[in-house]
Amino acid sequence: MAHGSKLMALNSQRMSILLPTGQPRIESMRMINITKRFPGVLANDKVNFDVKAGEIHALLGENGAGKSTLMRQLGGLYRPDGGEIHLDGKPVQFKSPADSIQRGIGMIHQHFMLVPTLTVAENVALGLPSSRGLQLDLDKVSQKIEKLAQRYGLKIHPDAYVWQLSVGEQQRVEIMKALYRGAALLALDEPTAVLTPQEVDDLFKVLRGMAADGHALIFISHKLHEIIDISHRVTVMRDSKVVATHPTAGSTKTQLAREMVGREVILQYDKTPYKPGAAMLRIEDLVVMGDRGQKAVHDVSLIVREGEIFGIAGVSGNGQRELAEALTGLRPVQTGRVVVAGQELTHAKPAQRIAAGQSAIPEERMREGVVKEFSVSENLILQDHGHEPYSRNIFLNFDAIAKESKRLIDEFRVKTPSAETPIKNLSGGNIQKVIMAREINRKPRVLICAQPTRGVDIGASEYIHQRLLEQRSAGTATLLISEDLDELLALSDRIAVMFDGKIMSIIDRDKATVERLGLLMAGVKA
Amino acid sequence: MSELFSLTVLTGIAYSGIRLATPYLFAALGEMFAQRSGVVNLGVEGIMLMGAFTAFAMATWTGNLWFALFCAAFIGLLMGLAMSFISVNMQAEQGISGIGMHLFGLGLSSLLFTKFLGSTKAITGFQPIKIPLLGDIPVIGEIFFNHNILVYLAFLLVPIAVWVLNKTTLGLKIRAVGVKPEAADSLGVSVSKIRYLCVSFGGVMAGIAGASLTLALINLFQENMTSGIGFIAVALVYFGGWTPVGVTLGALLFSLVNALQLWIQVLDKDKVIPSDFALMMPYVLTIAVLAFGKRTNQPAALTKPFDRGSH
Ligand SMILES: Nc1ncnc2c1ncn2[C@@H]1O[C@H](COP(=O)(O)OP(=O)(O)O)[C@@H](O)[C@H]1O
Ligand SMILES: [Mg+2]
Repeated sequence: MAHGSKLMALNSQRMSILLPTGQPRIESMRMINITKRFPGVLANDKVNFDVKAGEIHALLGENGAGKSTLMRQLGGLYRPDGGEIHLDGKPVQFKSPADSIQRGIGMIHQHFMLVPTLTVAENVALGLPSSRGLQLDLDKVSQKIEKLAQRYGLKIHPDAYVWQLSVGEQQRVEIMKALYRGAALLALDEPTAVLTPQEVDDLFKVLRGMAADGHALIFISHKLHEIIDISHRVTVMRDSKVVATHPTAGSTKTQLAREMVGREVILQYDKTPYKPGAAMLRIEDLVVMGDRGQKAVHDVSLIVREGEIFGIAGVSGNGQRELAEALTGLRPVQTGRVVVAGQELTHAKPAQRIAAGQSAIPEERMREGVVKEFSVSENLILQDHGHEPYSRNIFLNFDAIAKESKRLIDEFRVKTPSAETPIKNLSGGNIQKVIMAREINRKPRVLICAQPTRGVDIGASEYIHQRLLEQRSAGTATLLISEDLDELLALSDRIAVMFDGKIMSIIDRDKATVERLGLLMAGVKA
Repeated sequence: MSELFSLTVLTGIAYSGIRLATPYLFAALGEMFAQRSGVVNLGVEGIMLMGAFTAFAMATWTGNLWFALFCAAFIGLLMGLAMSFISVNMQAEQGISGIGMHLFGLGLSSLLFTKFLGSTKAITGFQPIKIPLLGDIPVIGEIFFNHNILVYLAFLLVPIAVWVLNKTTLGLKIRAVGVKPEAADSLGVSVSKIRYLCVSFGGVMAGIAGASLTLALINLFQENMTSGIGFIAVALVYFGGWTPVGVTLGALLFSLVNALQLWIQVLDKDKVIPSDFALMMPYVLTIAVLAFGKRTNQPAALTKPFDRGSH
């Protein structure tokens, strides 16, 4: 019987059209009424989604909408609690990732699934049978990789170790892994989250080439302009349900944002005119060492003025994190000077910086921004519990703390069951609002703000952006470190690009474009 | 003390060094596979004790050394499977469960020994086999080519381990699972299977390592006779940077220091060097090596249980 079904499979393969990789195409994939529950969470609620050969179908939705969960069921990592998956009209069941791969489905996960200590060829060959039985045939694997790389314009060295590769290159390895396994359908989960604009362009070229060859592609993102740029159709998910599916042509960003968030979203902010005042944060020839003893921040000098948002752009790992840590007293300064509101604070402890009027919104919000086990209200008074109104002498004033936390929770629209809820139970966006509330409530003169909306949904991002602009109007000098160019362009008055620890250039907002910033981020001096 | 540097003594030290490396090699190479797959088995010492006892008892009762060795390997397999179950399925804290496994092996081997054997005579273990021609080369032949079969097997295991780890599809899976299990899983490699395989193999090797003590080195069983060899084997994996050749060099270094220490005790009749000091040498070396050794090659997922999440 097994023999018979194998024969049938062979026959149906022979009838279908082949891709240039030699694999049969997947003419259509349909997910019907997919339901998936996790303890206490309904992650997918009767979701319908489909994709055809030659099509790029975008899946749009906020963080937590259920996109990755839906894809993980297609990839055989999770099993649906309800609903069916059809390939070319026939129902299929994926019991494991191997099942799904074997059916021609390729998955590129939000977090890369690469083994850094192995070479590109080894990563590609992992889990595949070898033409030499027990023994690896990496030379043959490399040859085939190079052939595929040429066809799809994927620049890859089979012998390079993955830890040596840039993020963009690592992503090409992921695509290669799928192509090598004969993927006819490729699902990419937020593939652009970590790429520079040029890398995004390169990726899009590869994806268009694949679609033209007859691959079916699923592209997940929450970046509206990318979806408008690359996809033929778009499906929007909100709160674990599909809220809309329609052709991309004719859709506008505003419309997509409305579908995604469920209400009108402001994409363009009203900024008060740029009226910079006195220099509030002065950084002179700053040198800071990285974790591996290299110069992570290399002779950086800049001035941030009152009423100004000074943006720092750059691909992660170019010294932004070390710069922020040095400015908040978490990392020692090697040489150079930092002056805040006229006070030299180069080697000051975090508490001295707070006293001098500096607030900080750290990049690692769970590690450096909050104490996970503490309640929302405890986190709201974290650095300020030592003085009025929160305490007198050595006693905490619980009434004052309760009143003040309630006020801040309301004012910053923190969604939490109560002020006593442990903060770790809140979503990323709400945790960030708690940190913002605490730091802004101090009426800072200087605000160091790193990746404020990373992993935060559009609704909360919009709110955080408005508050940052309010601070700007109130005269705060803000240093905004971000990898999100849209965010930098929407908020900043001037933008510096960091590359390899150095500042490549400082550009006024009205002269900054995505293309120009992108080149600088890649280390190309314009 | 000056005899220490005579050719006969130096040859003797080198010969014993290689001979004494046997239990370290079996145990440490087995443990290396477990660790490369992401599991630390701290219970090696306990498994060795059970292997040593089983082999000794079987050899005493049946007189068949190969059967005795097989039984020790089988006990090692069972304990390795138990350790796999504890760390892969139960996702237990590996340091603690390893200590448990050690204490279990220590207690059970002592109990079974007093109950079934008590004090007994030494058995006749595996005898040295002189390799034709090679064994006749002066000095070299004496040092390298006049050993019992277990010594040859232990050293044969080294190139096999290198080949399996670096040149086979199985080795690639092991290397991936120990560093990034979720990546291997996403490509259809079963993380559990690979870890079961490696930890169980480590158990078999630990059982054989124990048997090598009672069947080839000492030919007797005593309570807690391994006196730390199993723990040193775990340390050797770190010392050797998780590579078969590194582990082998480490094993040789330790066994040579051990051999030196034994010879010093024999030759140093005036007790210039206190014997306690000589006895301490291998252990001091262990600590020094662990304190100063680099950990750059440590498999990133070492001791971390893998769970894909809900299914
Ligand atoms: N393995 C899991 N266990 C429990 N809850 C999960 C798991 N994976 C996802 N979730 C929950 O399911 C919801 C959808 O998550 P996800 O699919 O990752 O969203 P998206 O990819 O759209 O950001 C979220 O509330 C998330 O917390
Ligand atoms: Mg996701």
